Amino acid sequence: MSTRTSTAAHDKLKFVGRLRRALSPTGNAGDAIFRGLMFCAALLVLIVVGGMIIALALKSLPSIRQFGFSFLWSREWNPVKSEFGALPFIYGTVVSSLLALLISVPLSLGIAIFLVEQAPHYIARPITFLVELLAAIPSVVYGLWGIFVLAPFLRVHVEPPLAHWFGWAPLFQGPITGIGMLTGGIILAIMVTPIISSVVRDVLAAVPNSQREAALALGATKWETTRVVLINGAPGIAGAVMLGLGRALGETMAVTMVIGNRAEISASLFAPSYTIASAIANEFTEATQDLYLSALVELGLILFLVTFVVNGLARVLVWNVTRKSGAAA
Amino acid sequence: MMSATTPKIPSQFTLPQDQSKASFVSTPAAPAKITVSDLDFYYGRSQALFQITLSIPERIVMALIGPSGCGKSTFLRTLNRMNDVIPATRVEGQVTIDGNDIYDPGTDVVDLRRRVGMVFQKSNPFPKSIFDNVAYGLRINRVTKSKTELADRVEQALKDAALWSEAKDRLHQSALGLSGGQQQRLCIARALAIRPEVILMDEPASALDPIATSKIEELIVDLKQQYTIVIVTHNMQQAARVSDTTAFFLLGKLIEVNPTEKIFTAPDQKVTEDYITGRFG
Ligand SMILES: Nc1ncnc2c1ncn2[C@@H]1O[C@H](COP(=O)(O)OP(=O)(O)OP(=O)(O)O)[C@@H](O)[C@H]1O
Ligand SMILES: [Mg+2]
Repeated sequence: MSTRTSTAAHDKLKFVGRLRRALSPTGNAGDAIFRGLMFCAALLVLIVVGGMIIALALKSLPSIRQFGFSFLWSREWNPVKSEFGALPFIYGTVVSSLLALLISVPLSLGIAIFLVEQAPHYIARPITFLVELLAAIPSVVYGLWGIFVLAPFLRVHVEPPLAHWFGWAPLFQGPITGIGMLTGGIILAIMVTPIISSVVRDVLAAVPNSQREAALALGATKWETTRVVLINGAPGIAGAVMLGLGRALGETMAVTMVIGNRAEISASLFAPSYTIASAIANEFTEATQDLYLSALVELGLILFLVTFVVNGLARVLVWNVTRKSGAAA
Repeated sequence: MMSATTPKIPSQFTLPQDQSKASFVSTPAAPAKITVSDLDFYYGRSQALFQITLSIPERIVMALIGPSGCGKSTFLRTLNRMNDVIPATRVEGQVTIDGNDIYDPGTDVVDLRRRVGMVFQKSNPFPKSIFDNVAYGLRINRVTKSKTELADRVEQALKDAALWSEAKDRLHQSALGLSGGQQQRLCIARALAIRPEVILMDEPASALDPIATSKIEELIVDLKQQYTIVIVTHNMQQAARVSDTTAFFLLGKLIEVNPTEKIFTAPDQKVTEDYITGRFG
């Protein structure tokens, strides 16, 4: 009896051993298959990205051939005359994104500093949760809120005073409608704040405490200590800002709903504008001629390459900071 | 290898039982710089220090020894209120510096920490140039009035910390490019630059090789001319070499404080002897 059970147990052990060997990382069939599958999954990502670039490039060939580099600085966007220049869209995209950063970066830094350096845990946690929840609101909902709440509010309470006090500057001239660059920039700022603030928070939290103690021990105030922390996190903060920029550049729906969608370049923040992403989304269905379609695809290619580079740089910067301190801790 | 200096005021180092702080201060031989009475310290609910009472005279090196976890660092950090930054900590009892209770609600903690400098176990230079590291405390405390004065003070601090000859040609390079021992001396220079009255050192040489260690030990002996120094060390020889008085901690209690010579030759307590001779535990 006892020998029977013991041999059964022995068999079971042997079986488990064989199974484990089959799945173990020390080189055999099961492991090879597993590794192969994982490799394919990783490869697939590369293929998709590469394929996208190639497809976009091929599709935009007619437009590239027709306009060459002048596509980038021509201001004319006239489907009827088959004239296509991307400058108004590039301008709209870049300016609305920079405006968003201008508003969002100080705000996000403030949030992150508060969460990491000041707030006690029982306050920091719910606030972190709420801020990150902002990132989960669908873009189109932001757009609706922009149209029905933000735009009227700006039209009545913000833009008139701006025009009154700062109307001497070209930035704040022209008709006040509530729809335009300023509204687009503000919507974008609200949308990128969760990303920037949460990455900055991680970066600041990764700064070792010994840096704070070093500053405090030299008679630094809370604010002076925070500055030391910011210096430590500077590369990561730069990365966080670029991540936000990447998001702002590519954001489509909410901006489309509030920016006015007119392919014009105006110095005024009150004037309507147009972004690359909005143009593609709005005009794709109307683009019946090949050249029109091809020009839109070329816009997409430009946007894709720019956001790709911006995001890549951002990741490297953030990764460098959080990894270094992680290793040191 | 005992310190050549004769302990200045042996009588003060018997554990004071019931004396008021005035009696320390009024001792004419060497006025107490720091007095600690009935100090209890808590991390949350767990008590880390029990009824610590001792006084530290001016311009003396006091070594804190004791097994790991006995509360040396905790005690050191109560002297410049560095424990304030750890949440849920609590202090009871009294710590006075020059007769002023540092835990009094009216105490300016920023000013206290300026007067009581600290060097940490792991060197922690800022990611800035060597010059900017040393100048940091001078700048934030607005000590110097001109650029040349700032440069002079930085140079003096680096000389005092025995780093000048190695650093003078690379003042504006990153401090992170220095070796471990150099970084630790930089941190000492940074603490010295603002001319604190007291310097707290938590195992300043524990990560250093023997040559760098002996440099720092020489430095400590030199600094005694101007500063009151409290140093935590696990190295008995180091305590014997640099300190005038030694305090032995065990499980959060101060077991004995006596002139270093006495501690290492004829300590009052049996456990002290056991610890020093390595027969401990
Ligand atoms: N931040 C903290 N939170 C909670 N408990 C702590 C904290 N820091 C230290 N302690 C506890 O307080 C006690 C004393 O620690 P302390 O760091 O003062 O010892 P130490 O004598 O400096 O030891 P070592 O020689 O290893 O540095 C230990 O039991 C430790 O676990
Ligand atoms: Mg310690």
